[in-house]
Amino acid sequence: MTAPKTLYDKIWDAHVVEESDDGTCLLYIDRHLVHEVTSPQAFEGLRMADRKVRAPEKTIAVPDHNVPTDPTRLSGIKDEQSRIQVEALRQNAKDFGIEIYDVDDIRQGIVHIIGPEQGWTQPGMTIVCGDSHTATHGAFGALAHGIGTSEVEHVLATQTLIQKKSKNMLVKVEGELAPGVTAKDITLSVIGKTGTAGGTGYVIEYAGSAIRSLSMEGRMTVCNMAIEGGARAGLIAPDEKTFDYVKGRPHAPKGAQWEAAMAYWQTLKTDEGAHFDKVVELDASEIAPVVTWGTSPEDVLPITATVPNPEDFSGGKVEAARRSLDYMGLTPGQKLSDVEIDTVFIGSCTNGRIEDLREVARVMEGRKVKDGVRAMIVPGSGLVRLQAEEEGIAQKLIDAGFDWRLAGCSMCLGMNPDQLAPGERCASTSNRNFEGRQGYKGRTHLVSPAMAAAAAVTGRLTDVRELL
Amino acid sequence: MEKFEKLSGVAAPMPLVNIDTDMIIPKQFLKTIKRSGLGVNLFQEMRYDQDGNEIPDFVLNKPAYRNAEILVAGENFGCGSSREHAPWAIQDFGIRCVIAPSFADIFFNNCFKNGILPIALPQEQVDILMKEAEKGENARIEVDLENQKITIPDGTAFSFDVDPFRKHCLLNGLDDIGLTMEKSNAIDAYESKLGAQMPWM
Ligand code: SF4
Repeated sequence: MTAPKTLYDKIWDAHVVEESDDGTCLLYIDRHLVHEVTSPQAFEGLRMADRKVRAPEKTIAVPDHNVPTDPTRLSGIKDEQSRIQVEALRQNAKDFGIEIYDVDDIRQGIVHIIGPEQGWTQPGMTIVCGDSHTATHGAFGALAHGIGTSEVEHVLATQTLIQKKSKNMLVKVEGELAPGVTAKDITLSVIGKTGTAGGTGYVIEYAGSAIRSLSMEGRMTVCNMAIEGGARAGLIAPDEKTFDYVKGRPHAPKGAQWEAAMAYWQTLKTDEGAHFDKVVELDASEIAPVVTWGTSPEDVLPITATVPNPEDFSGGKVEAARRSLDYMGLTPGQKLSDVEIDTVFIGSCTNGRIEDLREVARVMEGRKVKDGVRAMIVPGSGLVRLQAEEEGIAQKLIDAGFDWRLAGCSMCLGMNPDQLAPGERCASTSNRNFEGRQGYKGRTHLVSPAMAAAAAVTGRLTDVRELL
Repeated sequence: MEKFEKLSGVAAPMPLVNIDTDMIIPKQFLKTIKRSGLGVNLFQEMRYDQDGNEIPDFVLNKPAYRNAEILVAGENFGCGSSREHAPWAIQDFGIRCVIAPSFADIFFNNCFKNGILPIALPQEQVDILMKEAEKGENARIEVDLENQKITIPDGTAFSFDVDPFRKHCLLNGLDDIGLTMEKSNAIDAYESKLGAQMPWM
């Protein structure tokens, strides 16, 4: 009998093309997702070396980071550099025979939203993209991680990556979430507990009853932020929910292949007794709605807490916390729920899916965005946007005072016109609160969609449970 | 790729933990379609004020560190995005070696692809190097990749770990795409097996 394996071990083993004596492996890559920011130099490299894309049929391209989210984009992107980058992607896709979901395509959206939506993302695959939030696809039981541009070029040319195996980490979340607490609070709480470097060198498998009960959307939110915990990837074993989600999608297997795929997918789980190098456990019932107070995603606290004192940290974190508070314009001891915000951003590959929008609509029921608050909703894809319109959510949110925009990365990172002005403070459903991430000197508080909606109503960071 | 063998240079101290990729190179500089020219924007928001004037207090603006070739930093250096613009900017500035107690995974990988040597050392050793770096111009640190050794002027030396394959590539300036393409038979074989057993993949 072979030794029990983790889910990660199984996917890894199935993809090793060649292993050298020191453990360095050539790993086969099943899907490669490409966006406009991290790929131009890779395609340029191919051209210079006269190389082709080895498997264009396993590669898709989509512009998302640079695209404006208002309708003017259809008549051309005004920002010169953004336009050049998007045009370069279009040209590269054409020259190298890659399918592209272009700016005017209803299926366009954030790369990590459209991969699953189009059925490109399937259990057991290896999936890479020149983007750290590739971890999102791990929600399907796929080994998915971000790579740099040199590696993008390597995958384009060879459909493989040179890799060493990471260690196995298990994050187990058992129990039931309290009302108002969501997948976003789980994933932020895990990072709050392990720190942004806690996962470095590991691939995380998220398990436990609280993870099982999440929808696919929620699972994607959890895995999306595995990278913020430093992990190479996050994984969740596929189950009926996963299969139901994948079934019938444009690029999902069909007919006899579907049956064969299902038979394989059902084996994709960690064996009883498999070894994990590190185990972290959380009790779901103890997780509160959380917000970040600083400029690192590990700066997480329950909304009921107060801004911490930098002196209470140790080591280099003292200086980092001091710098963060200065940047964020917060004082130790201040109640987080007293912090006033100017902007609410709902979207990104963390929380730009239909369920996130439904959650916002639920909180907004009978309520309005507070006067003076700029509140924007940016669906993660054109199809999410369409679905929300069909479900009547879009109109409700527009009536409540939200700005309803076209799909893209938008204010998750200020590479397109959606940005914070210096000093502006935002309750954001995105994944990074780094200095300047949402705009020069902009201040970001990471929250769940429900918490973002609550902040939109009151104009300050707010415990959504008060509105339930 | 440029070879990395031995380096003796000024080390700039940045005793901050979690230096993220947005700090290293903010997103407005990711719009380039080239690899070069990012050095002037390295650490943009710490280095320049809003009008583009240098902030004199920032380490790389101080006369002693303007030509630094080594960076000594706090733990979890390079966390955040996968942007290879971060190592491109570091390299374009002229820094070839980053020393920290720990690195974020993708950044760490990206360094090796760009002729930069990231070295993870225990905190106590980084503390010593940090002190050394704070002495400015006179404190040259020597990094010897072949012998995996860092030496400071008083003769104190630390050894460091590096993955053998990466070391080999760095020492010889090898492009790993070329190396992998030599294995195309193995990749072909893998693909035909996959096509037969799991055609939907
Ligand atoms: S939404 Fe944000 S995190 Fe996601 S891919 Fe776009 S920029 Fe990156």
